[in-house]
Amino acid sequence: MTRACLAALLSHWRRNPLQLFAFLAGLALATALWSGVQAINAEARASYDAAAETLGEGQFDQILPISGDRIAQSDFVDLRRAGWRVAPLIEGRLGDVRLLGFDPLSSPAGFGAGQDGDLTDLLAGDRVFANQETASRLPSDLSVTVDPSVAPNLAVTDIGVAQRLLDRDDLSRLLVLPQQPLMQPDLASITPHLRLQPASQTADVGELTDSFHLNLTAFGLLSFAVGLFIVYSTIGLAFEQRRGMVRTLRALGVPLPRLITLMVVEVLILGVIGAGLGILLGYVVAAALLPDVAVTLRGLYGAEVSGSLQFRVSWWGSGFAIAVLGALAAAGIRLWQIARMPLLASARPRAWAMSSRRAQRVQAVCAAFLFVAAVALGAVGHGLLAGFALLGCFLIGAALILPVLIAPLLKMAEQGATSPVWRWFWADTRQQLPGLSLALMALLLAISANIGVATMVSSFRLTFVSFLDQRLAPELYVQTDSTEQAHDIEARLTQAGATVLPLLSVDRPIANLPARLFGVRVGPTYRQSWAFLNAMPDAWDAVENGQAVVLNEQLARRANLWLGDLVEIAPGAPLPVVAIVADYGNPKGQAIVSEDMFRSLYPEVRPRQFGIRTDDAQALRDMLVAELGVPDSAITDQAALKAFSLQVFERTFTVTAALNILTLSVAGFAMLMSLLTLADLRVPQLAPVWALGLTRARIGRLELLRAVVFAAVVFLFAVPVGLGLAWVLLAIINVEAFGWRLPMFLFPGDYARLGGYALLAAVAAAAWPAWRLMRTPPNALLKVFAHER
Amino acid sequence: MNVKVLLLFLLWPMAALSQGFAGLGTDADGFAIPEPDPVFDFPSDHGPHPDYRIEWWYLTANLSDADGTPYGLQWTLFRSALAPGEAEGWQSPQVWFAHAAVTTPDAHFATERFARGGTGVAGVVPEPFRAWIDEWVMEGETLDAVRLRAQGPDFGYQMELTAQGPLVFQGQGGFSVKSADGQASYYYSQPFYQIAGTLMLPEGPVEVTGQAWLDREWSSQPLSENQTGWDWFSLSFDSGDKMMGFQLRQRDGSRFTASTWIEPDGSTTPYPDGAFRAEPLETTSVAGRDVPTAWQVRLPDRGVDVRVEALNPNAWMPLSIPYWEGPVRVSGSHTGVGYLEMTGYE
Repeated sequence: MTRACLAALLSHWRRNPLQLFAFLAGLALATALWSGVQAINAEARASYDAAAETLGEGQFDQILPISGDRIAQSDFVDLRRAGWRVAPLIEGRLGDVRLLGFDPLSSPAGFGAGQDGDLTDLLAGDRVFANQETASRLPSDLSVTVDPSVAPNLAVTDIGVAQRLLDRDDLSRLLVLPQQPLMQPDLASITPHLRLQPASQTADVGELTDSFHLNLTAFGLLSFAVGLFIVYSTIGLAFEQRRGMVRTLRALGVPLPRLITLMVVEVLILGVIGAGLGILLGYVVAAALLPDVAVTLRGLYGAEVSGSLQFRVSWWGSGFAIAVLGALAAAGIRLWQIARMPLLASARPRAWAMSSRRAQRVQAVCAAFLFVAAVALGAVGHGLLAGFALLGCFLIGAALILPVLIAPLLKMAEQGATSPVWRWFWADTRQQLPGLSLALMALLLAISANIGVATMVSSFRLTFVSFLDQRLAPELYVQTDSTEQAHDIEARLTQAGATVLPLLSVDRPIANLPARLFGVRVGPTYRQSWAFLNAMPDAWDAVENGQAVVLNEQLARRANLWLGDLVEIAPGAPLPVVAIVADYGNPKGQAIVSEDMFRSLYPEVRPRQFGIRTDDAQALRDMLVAELGVPDSAITDQAALKAFSLQVFERTFTVTAALNILTLSVAGFAMLMSLLTLADLRVPQLAPVWALGLTRARIGRLELLRAVVFAAVVFLFAVPVGLGLAWVLLAIINVEAFGWRLPMFLFPGDYARLGGYALLAAVAAAAWPAWRLMRTPPNALLKVFAHER
Repeated sequence: MNVKVLLLFLLWPMAALSQGFAGLGTDADGFAIPEPDPVFDFPSDHGPHPDYRIEWWYLTANLSDADGTPYGLQWTLFRSALAPGEAEGWQSPQVWFAHAAVTTPDAHFATERFARGGTGVAGVVPEPFRAWIDEWVMEGETLDAVRLRAQGPDFGYQMELTAQGPLVFQGQGGFSVKSADGQASYYYSQPFYQIAGTLMLPEGPVEVTGQAWLDREWSSQPLSENQTGWDWFSLSFDSGDKMMGFQLRQRDGSRFTASTWIEPDGSTTPYPDGAFRAEPLETTSVAGRDVPTAWQVRLPDRGVDVRVEALNPNAWMPLSIPYWEGPVRVSGSHTGVGYLEMTGYE
């Protein structure tokens, strides 16, 4: 009996392949986006872990230079001989691969790579370790050993080999071994120019990138919600259409519990198939997006992420579970209804579960509740999660209120219509609203997400480009190795008539937060090209006179320091904040004082970087290389730097744009499926209109028009919702995630284009159902009257 | 396997043999090989010999505090070469490592250090004498008066040592044969140090005095393939005589032994294989192994028939290469104190 019942249940899908397709495709799309995003996150996290393990970041205390990024080897020897158990590290770049040199003998066990192998080889054999992908990008004359545990884009080798490859004789940082001896002098008494950075304060890449991954996760969830809409409506329709079959089966003696069980099994089977397809699709999505994500993360946070994807249970498992559970949840309500259906209830299919006035009221109340929650979260919430909760409340509330608001509009249109046909058109449109409302909500979410993200992306781009213009005003940047060289360069450049802008910096906590203090030569470059978010009058004058400090927005927000507040930039040296400067694309806190002020506070710090203003960048560059022996790689020209920075941000938004397009496609698909399934049910409603003399072609055209009307109305709603979304993203999520707030710009042209896309999607979704309607044979319409029940 | 452990298995022949690895004792890979009838050149021979595979500056001391409580102390600097010769900076093939330990009647502290040659973190210069790794040092104008310092996370010591007698040459004038196949090392000692200083122990500083023994040894192929480990004794009798004796345990159960009898004035008598005998009397289970911690030691030619007993049977060195090393008490035909090192116990 079980078998026969299951066969009967499944036969529904055989007879309605379109519904089966909608169910599977909806679930697969939802799962694909969710698991794709999770796959990217999992891959990134695995890369961070590998990096943390290979590089010891976050695990060990470290000793770093107070200024610059190099430690003399003699400092290392002095520290060791004073009783500091430290292991030396050198870092640099071989082409675009990061090279790490370590001492296998004194490094903590498990650190670096190749510790499983033969030390003689490692110490004497010039051996370099890298993963497969990185190995292929290393110079061919190196003896590379492939080691999959090495972090992406990293090559690890003995410190001596690394020094030779990098042509250096110094070190980058020192790892402090966990076990230190009984007695040890202070670090400052041996090497006053070095500082100890506790493990916990080492910038944890995982923490920095959390916000980025949370952003991705939010997009994945949004897509999943839209996909579940499809599944929910398909299941609803299928169950609705099978009321007759259920009645017959029960009348034949199938016990209710068994029937319910079988239906659960049925949903499970379909759910598993849909989820499986979705995971495969998700893999494709993730594999396509991962390279862009990797570039973004490297650019924004310096985090290396593998460009190749692995099939990890963490993401496909969660995708699978959430898809199957989602399908079951969508079926749950219908099963509940079937369980409560009287044995001999009418098997007549209702056109859809019509939402009554009461249901609309419930929806309106829910929406109002969600809006209140959103406002409350905005007012008192803290952190990214609160930001996303706000976003969720706002979007779901907007979706719920949509049908409630559309209904009166349609009613007004109906009342305004003069001809009977148009009166019928509007009335019929209103009558269809409940059946389409889920699809319309999905469309609303997709369009508003699109508007919101487009606004954010474009605002970001505008702001960022102008920010780059101010920050990268000097035509050239030069990195120097030594103080003497710095001196020579400055003297020679000044002689050549260029304006030299030395950049002095020291890492020190400001207001107990890790930050970097800069000393700058205040001049026309800074006065003209720097735009402050917020400043007192004559801010640069005050800075130049050593009477004030400028903070970047990140530091100001984190330390809650604003104009006029006092900041201690060195022990016993408080200065008032005179301006807050926007600082995009940098997670670190920064404070800026004048060059003179900086030199008096930190006389031991020498500039290692110069900005150069010149009319002939190329000539100056040639001179630096030829006369002063500055390596070409130490000179960056502004255009290249700007292009690189822009490219990083373009990549960031390629990812979100791709996810957006996918969401819109899913929404269009939801609408198509709703219209298709409604089309059959609507034959009885259309037959009388046809009988009254409206041609099938006219009815078909009206169906198309209806879809356009719906899309247009939804789009009109989506604009304010999307702008609201953008505002939350820029003013709340962005501040929580990155520590800066972006000004919001409006892009009506983009929105109009999006509106066009939405209408197109609606027409495309309605075209096939309308075409099918036009082709409905007259006898099918006539049968409606013959079979009138 | 951690690379350090591997390194030591490869490079410290005792440990290598104890692990059943016997590849390195037999060929010399371009390393210099000790020749009979050596002529030493001091002070330069107090310094390193980078053309030889392995070398050590090995100091042990029997100490006691004002109450007469006995203590033991060890300070050892090892040099191990991946290839013969020396080079600048990290290219140096020389690897340095060191062990330090303090033994009390009921506790044993041990720690180790590692460093690469060529950078200045570790090394030895003969004049003025300075042997160091990190902050651990043995230094003085000459080897006759040195300061000694070492520390770990939970203990440390600072000592002054003064030699009360001449250097002593082991084996045939400093050429010490290690097997019937002729494997040998250069080996001399300074067994006449008076030592005084402070032990830093968890319960606080302890002022101690006593006598110390420095061994200098270098070679490229000290063991033969069929040898599995060794038991080494340095005994200072109350009579003023001293005796160094070791036995190399061989796979077939036989032993290769050698010893040197040292008179109070420093004159020595070397004894060939078989003259010196050591039989285990009791074993103690330490770190999961059975280690002999009481021995019957005989040198019939000198009328020596003594029981040698560990001051603390748990003097296990749980380091990258584990072994047993600790102070001993001597009773029987002669009385006194000494040090015992045992390697290769599984």
